[in-house]
Amino acid sequence: MVGLAIRDVHKTFAHIEVLKGVNIEVESGQFLILVGSSGCGKSTLLNMIAGLESITRGEIWIGDRLVNDLPPKSRDIAMVFQSYALYPSMTVRENICFGLQIRKVPRSEQTAIVESVSELLQISHLLERKPRQLSGGQRQRVAMGRALARNPTLFLFDEPLSNLDAQLRLEMRAEIKLMHRRLGKTVCYVTHDQIEAMTLGDRIAVMKDGIIQQFGAPQDIYDSPANMYVAGFIGAPPMNFISGPLEQVGSGFGLSIDTGPSRSVLKLPFSPGGLRSFLGKPVVLGIRPERITDDRGAHGSAGALIQPVPVLVDVVEPTGPDTIVVSQLNGKRVLSRVHPGAAPTPGKVATLLFDVSKAVLFDPESGTRIDASIEETSQRLASAG
Amino acid sequence: MRHDPKIARVGIYVALLVFALFFTTPLYVVVVTSFKGLDELRRGNLLSLPDAWSAAAWAKAWSSACTGIACEGLRPFFLNSVKIVIPAVTLSAAIGAVNGYALAQWHFRGADAIFTMLLLGFFIPYQAILLPAAQLLGRLGLSNTIPGLILIHVAYGIAFTTMLFRNFYVNVPSELVKAARVDGAGFFTIFRRIFLPLSLPIFTVCVIWQFTQIWNDFLFGVVFSGPSARPVTVGLNNLVNTTEGVKEYNVDMAAALITALPTLLVYILGGRYFIRGLTAGAVKG
Repeated sequence: MVGLAIRDVHKTFAHIEVLKGVNIEVESGQFLILVGSSGCGKSTLLNMIAGLESITRGEIWIGDRLVNDLPPKSRDIAMVFQSYALYPSMTVRENICFGLQIRKVPRSEQTAIVESVSELLQISHLLERKPRQLSGGQRQRVAMGRALARNPTLFLFDEPLSNLDAQLRLEMRAEIKLMHRRLGKTVCYVTHDQIEAMTLGDRIAVMKDGIIQQFGAPQDIYDSPANMYVAGFIGAPPMNFISGPLEQVGSGFGLSIDTGPSRSVLKLPFSPGGLRSFLGKPVVLGIRPERITDDRGAHGSAGALIQPVPVLVDVVEPTGPDTIVVSQLNGKRVLSRVHPGAAPTPGKVATLLFDVSKAVLFDPESGTRIDASIEETSQRLASAG
Repeated sequence: MRHDPKIARVGIYVALLVFALFFTTPLYVVVVTSFKGLDELRRGNLLSLPDAWSAAAWAKAWSSACTGIACEGLRPFFLNSVKIVIPAVTLSAAIGAVNGYALAQWHFRGADAIFTMLLLGFFIPYQAILLPAAQLLGRLGLSNTIPGLILIHVAYGIAFTTMLFRNFYVNVPSELVKAARVDGAGFFTIFRRIFLPLSLPIFTVCVIWQFTQIWNDFLFGVVFSGPSARPVTVGLNNLVNTTEGVKEYNVDMAAALITALPTLLVYILGGRYFIRGLTAGAVKG
């Protein structure tokens, strides 16, 4: 069953197109993340789902209902806001009850709902307090409680964790995930934090300039980004981009790596297909920091895809579990992730293992992926033939 | 050269004391004069305390001083002012609150145009609207009546009260309205249940300001009121300008104090909120 469907949705504010044809569909009970940097249109889209902004063109379905012309109160939704938006003059109990009162839920039922919700969120001892007497984390819980009390078919979250400190954010993130598993309701969650997106989502829609850059499961987006924007946005530290001309190496491809003092050629495992047209032309190799590592980190991949490259180390940043090694390859900063015990010395040359099994290739001009798309095209052609 | 901070401090206090004396002297003179008898006044000791405290001047100013032909004191005028001020302040504050809420929190079509017109409303001098307002009151059949004066004061006050409430409500996070809309509340429910309970400080500012403006108004009062609707400011003017025989300064002073007392009371009762509300409206956060 469809949980939430957004079909070719456009939004125009005073002749400026903010959303340019958005298509998203998730099943009932799925956790959808809208992620992107500020100004990408994700909050506008959320407000449109809530009914707080009108839809210029397209359709929004919640469950099996077309909600384009329904006011927020008839959409069977609840929303949690970044500032929590607790009603300042009401107690926690009154805040949770407000929506129920407006909907004329019988008083005895209201009491029962407040009781169960406050127990679930461990805010029973706060019910008679005013919002200003609560800490940030407690306010967050009350805001969640207000949403839960309504028991809607769709939950909307607008950057609910960005006002919390780092420690509390981790706690609440885990709690939201647990709550979602327990209730099994559809969720649409807006964030600019790619870690929140990765950890919480069943499906992620990466947005930029009012366009969905990629829509898919978190791991698919991480492993197989559709373009350089997605590749750079999802993952921390971000994916490395090493640019240079695509070369012929034997029957396959390769890319020269210039580390300053030395030069070596990295063999790439991409299938020939249409990549031939890029031979001799500049391309961008995308490789995640954890794929440039020492021999303790590089287990698991097929041996032929792991190639040692001597690299001049600029800076070493220990993070605890890993140590980040910064170097310059083909004139660009490249981060790699090594085991702390194998951390090289800055200023010296160290041999790092490049695992190209999950490497990707982009067209530097358009930023689009050129290896996968071509591979997929040839696969499709093969299966069609 | 080094300054001794103690000497500087003493200097500041001396200066403050001098200014305080300078500014309170007129009020002191008015108060003591109102409690003196005419004989004592004639002796000319302007600054001395009364030999015998007497409330006779106050009684005369209130109920028997002549204000032209009639000699009923300020009382009828005072009651007129009360009848004008209470509804006018209530209405202009209520309308301003709803207007301000709508302008600050609901982004409707034409909101900017309305806001601009309200801003212009501040710059229209009283004198410019006298003739059109008189015509309007005539057409409505409200010329020279108390309801007519109420209408004028409400209409003239809306620009200010709307701005005041708008600037206050603009600092209320817009997510509150969004949350309440998702909860199912409409325009007036949100206003009543969420915005009104936050508004005590700004209502106090609004009431103090409007009360002072309308109570102290002389121009509208003298132009738009018939003999039966004259407010206390007009009464005071008539009382002071009506002289037969000796000029009774003690009665004049008592009348001036009676006229000023309500606004003083409002400031004393609401002053605490006045500063708080003003800063709440002016400063973000």
